[in-house]
Amino acid sequence: MKVFTVHKGLVAPMDRANVDTDMIIPKQFLKSIKRTGFGPNLFDELRYLDEGQPGQGGRERPLNPDFPLNWPRYQGASILLARENFGCGSSREHAPWALEDYGFRVIIAPSYADIFFNNCFKNGLLPIVLNENIVNDLFSEAEQNPGYQLTVDLPRQRLIKSDGEELSFEIDPFYKQCLLEGLDEIGLTLKEADAIRAYEAQQEIRCPWLFHAIK
Amino acid sequence: MAGKTLYDKLWDAHLVQQRADGSSLLYIDRHILHEVTSPQAFEGLRLADRKPWRLDTNIATPDHNISTDREERAAGVDAIPDETSRIQVKTLDENCESFGIREFKMNEMGQGIVHVMGPELGASLPGMTVVCGDSHTATHGAFACLAHGIGTSEVEHVLATQCLVTKKMKNLLIQVDGELGTGVTAKDVILAIIGEIGTAGGNGYAIEFAGQVFRDMSIEGRMTVCNMAIEAGARVGMVAVDNKTIAYFKGRRFAPTGEMWDRAVSYWQTLQSDPDAVFDKTVVISGSDIVPQVSWGTSPEMVVPVTGSIPRIEDETDPVKRQAIERALKYMGLQGGSPVTSIPVDRVFIGSCTNSRIEDLRAAAAIAEGRKVASTVKQVLVVPGSQMVKAQAELEGLDQIFIEAGMEWREPGCSMCLAMNADKLGAGEHCASTSNRNFEGRQGNGGRTHLLSPAMAAAAAIAGHITDVRSLNQRNMA
Repeated sequence: MKVFTVHKGLVAPMDRANVDTDMIIPKQFLKSIKRTGFGPNLFDELRYLDEGQPGQGGRERPLNPDFPLNWPRYQGASILLARENFGCGSSREHAPWALEDYGFRVIIAPSYADIFFNNCFKNGLLPIVLNENIVNDLFSEAEQNPGYQLTVDLPRQRLIKSDGEELSFEIDPFYKQCLLEGLDEIGLTLKEADAIRAYEAQQEIRCPWLFHAIK
Repeated sequence: MAGKTLYDKLWDAHLVQQRADGSSLLYIDRHILHEVTSPQAFEGLRLADRKPWRLDTNIATPDHNISTDREERAAGVDAIPDETSRIQVKTLDENCESFGIREFKMNEMGQGIVHVMGPELGASLPGMTVVCGDSHTATHGAFACLAHGIGTSEVEHVLATQCLVTKKMKNLLIQVDGELGTGVTAKDVILAIIGEIGTAGGNGYAIEFAGQVFRDMSIEGRMTVCNMAIEAGARVGMVAVDNKTIAYFKGRRFAPTGEMWDRAVSYWQTLQSDPDAVFDKTVVISGSDIVPQVSWGTSPEMVVPVTGSIPRIEDETDPVKRQAIERALKYMGLQGGSPVTSIPVDRVFIGSCTNSRIEDLRAAAAIAEGRKVASTVKQVLVVPGSQMVKAQAELEGLDQIFIEAGMEWREPGCSMCLAMNADKLGAGEHCASTSNRNFEGRQGNGGRTHLLSPAMAAAAAIAGHITDVRSLNQRNMA
């Protein structure tokens, strides 16, 4: 898994609440059997004026001029500023895959949907939670200052503005460790194979019907 | 010491390891796979040269992107017209074959939407931990499973280790007391709950649904309710075991038998919250106040009673909510203040993991029987949730009722709930839908979804617009 330590990048706003994972990556792109290549179709229905099809890149399609990510000032953005309950709905991991493939490394929002939040950490994406007032301020600052950048320092749990002002954020120690070290979670769990086997042995005595094969 | 909630009990019974960093290793009893969220997980196993930890806990079926057209289905996997869909379904077949996972193939008896086929086969049973790469996995909580959706990285993790690295959620009790009125269904109850607590109201919680309304509800109705826990933000929704739960599983294909059945039943009977259990939050709703519900907007919380009106922007004071209402009204092409029954319907979809079980089809058929779909309605799709539901419905003659009313009787799959196959809305079309999400573009680019119950969907098909099912002359309505 990708390692995340310190990241400095351009901030782009996504100014609406309850952005769902269907909006982040529409269903027709879920037919891919790969993990990569979803970036051109991130926010597809908002970003383009036509209906996107799998395998279609973005270059030849008509862009929606009203969608901020299409504006020249936000090109190359890697930090997404969002509203409450970001990533709600479907569990599709294609959503963080698309955000990451597009170039985002950090999302800042007042809250996230649980499954999406969890999926981010598996893909080197850092979803930062800040209170609504601070997020409101960041929205105004990003909108008022073209080229607005932030530095995200994960080890110190700080968000650093270009004038040096620092904001601290909370993160679960387990998730922090996963990102800092880019851990292979399966490898880690398999180190506990003996504990899993011991659980199974005990459970087979307690609930033997759970060990009847599906045929 | 305070007693345990149902969720606490299920959690404790599956905890393998509590780690020092605060995460936990939770054992998974049943893992259900489908074609859309599994290929990358199998690929990950191959790349790392790993094998599934325990094959017999896995069960697979294609459902999300397969055709529901009879002729296309009969032509088999190799004839799926859309190349990317064909590759995805074939990839599931090949992965299950090469790893040795039991798959119910596209045209095999037992196939169906993951959350319909799992319970009906007895592949998911009370007290199990159940996961699937699909957010509606909470459905299985209807019979006291600890069940929730996972991402594809977790699908791979569960395949490789039989465990999930996770953290314990908080406990939320949603108690609906009293009795439901005539024409009010499980779908109306869950839509009313989401309208009340909001689409983020359950974030971070496992919900237990309790109270007279759920005790009176059938197991299939409870599945409809738990299915949509995620639309209230909660990964997990559950109902305690009672006699109905046990009766539901007796004789199911993979349910235990003989002495093993008796042992299972005595364990299942312990699967209720203790009387002195403490919940982090409790919401109490009066069941008798609930009337049939309809969503008007682009989030499941944007729901009103069928007797109500579409909200006006000026009535909302919160600026973020105002903006959301404004955007939703524009997308849906609706006028704030007009009655919800004034919304015309272009297409109707009766199906999805929320409402495609036999009781749902019976409820829709009771309304459709002897009536005709309005001439202004372009299409009514009735999509059974599984091969077994389809067979049962045909045995009861429900298919003929739908066909005679002018509706299309289809093959089982997810269909227009997420429009990954050819079943989709055109831009600007309004759909009365028994599915679970009314997000922008969910049922087709530019499509406009109105969530409601199967009876309400059938009534909308007949009337040509959203209508109160209770106002129809209901000969057969329960």
